[in-house]
Amino acid sequence: MAEYQNIFTRVQVRAAPDLGVDLPRHDTDRAGKPFFAYWIGWLGNAQIGPIYLGWTGIVSLLFGFAAIEIIGLNMAASVNWDPIEFVRQLPWLALEPPPPEYGFAFLPPLSEGGWWVMAGFFLTISILLWWVRTYRRARALGMGTHVAWAFASAIFLFLVLGFIRPALMGSWSEAVPFGIFPHLDWTTAFSLRYGNLHYNPFHALSIVFLYGSVLLFAMHGATILAVSRLGGEREIEQVTDRGTASERAALFWRWTMGFNATMESIHRWAWWFAVLTPLTGGIGILLTGTVVDNWYLWSVKHGVAPPYPDIFQGMGDPAMGAGQ
Amino acid sequence: MNIWTGLLAVVAAFLTVAMFAMADWDLPPVDNNQTGFRGTAMVQIGDIERLAEGVAANQVPEPPWELDTSGPRASEVYENVPVLGHLSSDQFDRLMAAITEWVSPEEGCAYCHNEENLASDDVYTKGVARRMLQMTWDINTNWTDHVAQTGVTCYTCHRGHPVPQNVWYKEEEPGPTGGWAGYTAGQNTVSVGLTSMHTDPFTALLGDYGEIRVEGLDALPSDHVVSIQDTERSYALMIHMSEALGVNCTFCHNTRAVQEWAQSTPQRMTAWHGIEMVRALNIEHLDPLQPVFPPSRLGPLGDVAKTYCTTCHQGVQKPLNGDSMLGDFPSLSAAPP
Repeated sequence: MAEYQNIFTRVQVRAAPDLGVDLPRHDTDRAGKPFFAYWIGWLGNAQIGPIYLGWTGIVSLLFGFAAIEIIGLNMAASVNWDPIEFVRQLPWLALEPPPPEYGFAFLPPLSEGGWWVMAGFFLTISILLWWVRTYRRARALGMGTHVAWAFASAIFLFLVLGFIRPALMGSWSEAVPFGIFPHLDWTTAFSLRYGNLHYNPFHALSIVFLYGSVLLFAMHGATILAVSRLGGEREIEQVTDRGTASERAALFWRWTMGFNATMESIHRWAWWFAVLTPLTGGIGILLTGTVVDNWYLWSVKHGVAPPYPDIFQGMGDPAMGAGQ
Repeated sequence: MNIWTGLLAVVAAFLTVAMFAMADWDLPPVDNNQTGFRGTAMVQIGDIERLAEGVAANQVPEPPWELDTSGPRASEVYENVPVLGHLSSDQFDRLMAAITEWVSPEEGCAYCHNEENLASDDVYTKGVARRMLQMTWDINTNWTDHVAQTGVTCYTCHRGHPVPQNVWYKEEEPGPTGGWAGYTAGQNTVSVGLTSMHTDPFTALLGDYGEIRVEGLDALPSDHVVSIQDTERSYALMIHMSEALGVNCTFCHNTRAVQEWAQSTPQRMTAWHGIEMVRALNIEHLDPLQPVFPPSRLGPLGDVAKTYCTTCHQGVQKPLNGDSMLGDFPSLSAAPP
């Protein structure tokens, strides 16, 4: 029997390329002549193509390209178009949102963040069209739309950070810069400004679901790999005929922790944990500055943050005359 | 093996080597010292070798000779000694010899004096030196909340260089000047402590009395409005302080509530007075010297060299390891009565 106990696929089956099911009547055809890539086959299916883009896919890629182009060219402009500095400083560079004095203006000057608003607009169109694409392709295959709704959860967080919360705060300057280190500096500054985001209960929930997703992913992945020597990864057959692999997978968890998910429910667990991560996180961001200004003080007010012994006695604000 | 796999391997090997060669590693063993309540992560972690290097690099120099405060006053022996005329002539000579060692060991007396006529005020640096003596007295008299009884001397900053090596000037904002693209908000280039925040948090916060505090004191929104950009500016200043002293955030703050004074360490109080001191020194002593300096001594925007935390601290928590030089040079403790 073939070996399956490897992180890579050890056996690649080759046959005539699978061209997929028929498309609905008004859809354009899938494009490209399919081919097989051996190295790709190590990680997934070796067949590449054919691909279906449709108008949503094409327009989405065009807008996405425009957004990345605006971001990249502004980064290049910020180092005076010096290609060496562009490469050297790339992780530090960013397209910065407009400063506070422009508030939530429709289009601030291009020289002061207008490009950020434009890039954000193009990126949003691109992402929303890609969402439409995932929804419509799922429908075309007769699938449920779970992938689209999970993606929508991530889009919600993206829109909260870049549009909804800045709108509620009345300032683009609250939004995240497009840049590698700059968006990390933004994250820390955001927490410093609003009194420590770790005391935000929705941030805490988001972390629970994020780490929970990781744990579930590891448990599920490990379980299926562990029974793949008995054919446990062939899910289609498991649905109709629960053979020895599925039984063992269930029994393993019932033995070790007294409870086991089912072949279906483990995927519901995973889906909800994944969806709730950006959903709760987005709610936490949305409440910050709009409803709560200082999460630490809010937690003290509601008895969440415990008091510690006063070990630095006599410390007080010197600007208020303490320690003189 | 196809070409892409080979290319990928080369890139991975390059990144691995770069990670080992370029990152700022602290090799074990490390020294750790708990400073706050358990569970608050208030601990100072230091690389033992680097701590030793810091101690070695910040030694106090020997005084030139034994102090003798008797004898005729400098004002009786020399002409034109308006700020140090009250010292004995021997003490005056000794201080001049020490300042030469501290500030201009290579250039010698001529760095400040016309050697044909030592009493002349021809050389601009002599006027600057007078102002610096007055600044030293100001620090040692009025800023003991920061410098305690340890105090400072010329050597605390100069360390053998005519211009202290750790100073700052105002800078142009990064990015194109007056362009239509590439807006940076004064940030987004390699900046203090390798962050991507403000390249110049100092002009507003240490060269002026800009607001450093960013958090609101109410749980719920109020009329307290501080932008994310101003928060990053304050954060950049804090990173500067951390780098200057070689300490973590938790040296001063309980980071669960960085603004809360009651949970902060006493060092935060010292640091607060330090910030106020640096602002006063820059505004009252250094900025007024701007017309005195030749253009070659001014920054790109025409301002004087100014002081910040690194000017004295130079990577260690206490400048010169906390050793006071005022016992050897009592004339620098305070202005004459």
